[in-house]
Amino acid sequence: MNFWLIQSLNSLALGGVLFTLAAGFSLIFGLMRIANLSHGAYFMFGAYIGLAVLDRGHGFGVAVIAAGLAVGIMGGIVERVVLRRLAGNTLSQVLATLGVAFVIADGALWIWGGDPRPVSPPEFLAGGVQLFGLTFPLYRLAVLVFSILVAIGLWALLDKTRLGVMIRASVDDRQMAQGIGVPATKLFTVVFCLGTALAGLGGVIAAPILSVYPGLDADMLPLALVVVILGGLGSLAGAFVGSLLIGFIYSFGQVLFPDLAYMILFLPMVVILAVRPRGLFGRITA
Amino acid sequence: MTLKELSRGVAAVLLASGLGVGAHAADAIRIGFLTVKSGALAAGGKQMEDGLRLFLKERNNMIAGRKVELIVADTAGQPAITKTKTQELVEKDKVNVIIGPLAAFEALAINDYIRQSETPIISPSAAAEDLTQRKPNPWFVRAVGTSAQANHALGEYAAKQLKYKRIAMIADDFAYGHELSAGFQRTFEENGGKIVQKLWSPLNVADYGTYISQIKPDVDAVFAGFAGGNGIKFLKQYQEYGLKGKIPVLGTMTTVDEGILKSMGDEALGVVSAGWYSATLDNPNNKKFVAEMNRDYKQDPGYYSVGAYSSALMLEQALKDVKGKIEDKQAFMAALRKVHLTNDPRGNISLDALGNPIMDIYIRKVERKNGKLVNAVIKTYPQVSQFWTYKQADFLAAPVYSRDYPPAKNLEK
Repeated sequence: MNFWLIQSLNSLALGGVLFTLAAGFSLIFGLMRIANLSHGAYFMFGAYIGLAVLDRGHGFGVAVIAAGLAVGIMGGIVERVVLRRLAGNTLSQVLATLGVAFVIADGALWIWGGDPRPVSPPEFLAGGVQLFGLTFPLYRLAVLVFSILVAIGLWALLDKTRLGVMIRASVDDRQMAQGIGVPATKLFTVVFCLGTALAGLGGVIAAPILSVYPGLDADMLPLALVVVILGGLGSLAGAFVGSLLIGFIYSFGQVLFPDLAYMILFLPMVVILAVRPRGLFGRITA
Repeated sequence: MTLKELSRGVAAVLLASGLGVGAHAADAIRIGFLTVKSGALAAGGKQMEDGLRLFLKERNNMIAGRKVELIVADTAGQPAITKTKTQELVEKDKVNVIIGPLAAFEALAINDYIRQSETPIISPSAAAEDLTQRKPNPWFVRAVGTSAQANHALGEYAAKQLKYKRIAMIADDFAYGHELSAGFQRTFEENGGKIVQKLWSPLNVADYGTYISQIKPDVDAVFAGFAGGNGIKFLKQYQEYGLKGKIPVLGTMTTVDEGILKSMGDEALGVVSAGWYSATLDNPNNKKFVAEMNRDYKQDPGYYSVGAYSSALMLEQALKDVKGKIEDKQAFMAALRKVHLTNDPRGNISLDALGNPIMDIYIRKVERKNGKLVNAVIKTYPQVSQFWTYKQADFLAAPVYSRDYPPAKNLEK
């Protein structure tokens, strides 16, 4: 009983981390139809910025906001300067994002060095909660709550605002949306900013669990890919359910089938791709 | 390619290499240095380079009366690139000797090429057992020990001194993790202990939470065998899950290496580990080395820095033996295999017949001294070989250490 409970909480917390990563990825893909291969790099860069802010003695909240803003602005610049020039050529755009990922990763190594760095959670979340005689870190529960708040915020944005209507319209039928006057290019920049900002602040949120190190980007990107393939591209609900599902598969898979730990994540992905290529909640195919 | 073209090509290569030797004979000794400057292993690569550069600075770029030139190549920690860079060092830069590479899988990738090209190479870091056991390479010697070398000692220490009976192991799921855990398990169980649980976590695991919550609550200790930065993550989460203070942690050298210890906090306190080095070693060579590392690079040396520094010490002694004539590769290699260091920060070091160091192994405990975490030495096992107390022939007749060898007979469900 204890075992199932603790592992379920682990799964949910990991799912929460994955959601902040995958939501932006999914959003960007849905609108722009490109797999943003620099998404892991934005996540890592956000974590480093958060660390730098914390090192200067600011609070955790400040670090999260600063990283979100900085990485969002960075994403906006990349979209304007790099991706915009390649508009209409998705393959080039995807390759460009891969290039950007390398530049960011090497930049981070250059600025912050290669030493892995642990990050402490904010003071009031540092402890653990007792559950049936076992300790569970409080911060992980907070991550779960935070990711639910992010999900609600995004849902409100997409469902209740004019911007959201334009985004949804463009995801469903880009040409028609443009035809009725949705400013596509502006929207691309906004969504890319938003998506990368989510990755950036997600990096800080995840840092106390994952720590920050060169290679974090490459470790996280495949997870984002798996989540959105499972959940469905361009769908917020898909990203959310996909994240939690992957959290569960990852945690329980490692425990119950330890010999398959390296591939456990990719099995469900293969099944989904074979049986239902657009994913559980997807409205578009890749 | 026709036979004619082939022979022409071979002739050209021979000519070029012949000319190369001629042109460089009186020049500087060229040391190729394979390190990692980008990607996930860059921190270790930087620390190796620090150790090597410190040595060259100490010697003012002169060894055995000859000027030394260092040619640094970045392998990015990828076997394919390591191979290309090694070829480049040997064929284009005409290096006389190579120090490197960092990772065992890199060393394995270039093993055949080293053999063919007959390039002397000193490993400052790669610890894979078979490189100096069942598949020795006449051109390869090692400055560091094998994966299991120090953990043999720790296994015995845990059973005999700490009187632990039941231990759970968790280690990185790759060759280094398998080998080091196997060494620990073997001596621990031979001295009456039982490994009751084995957990293998993927090298790039996102989160140790799922593993830590599986650890049996009634074990006497947990053995943690991690490389790179994973020790940081594991120990921190071990504390967060409330196990620190309840179940003591034993570790391999790299779980609490000085290179990552500087980034850790109280979660590391009390971890007992075994290794061939600690920055706290109380001998004059080490005190000087640590002081200089702190002066130039603002940090205590650990696994990587001391590995590279000691590689250079081995190179220096062999070169002195052959009066600087590194071009006579056979004589140089023979001298390198006979090296006996008395000026190494680690203590006295000599090489066994297979090119692996025989050296003191230190049992260390993480303590806080003057506000800084250090590995305080609590016991020394003098002059330990890679074969521990076993007969070399018996040791080599058994399979190489792995995930399943020696078999764990005491696992509990």
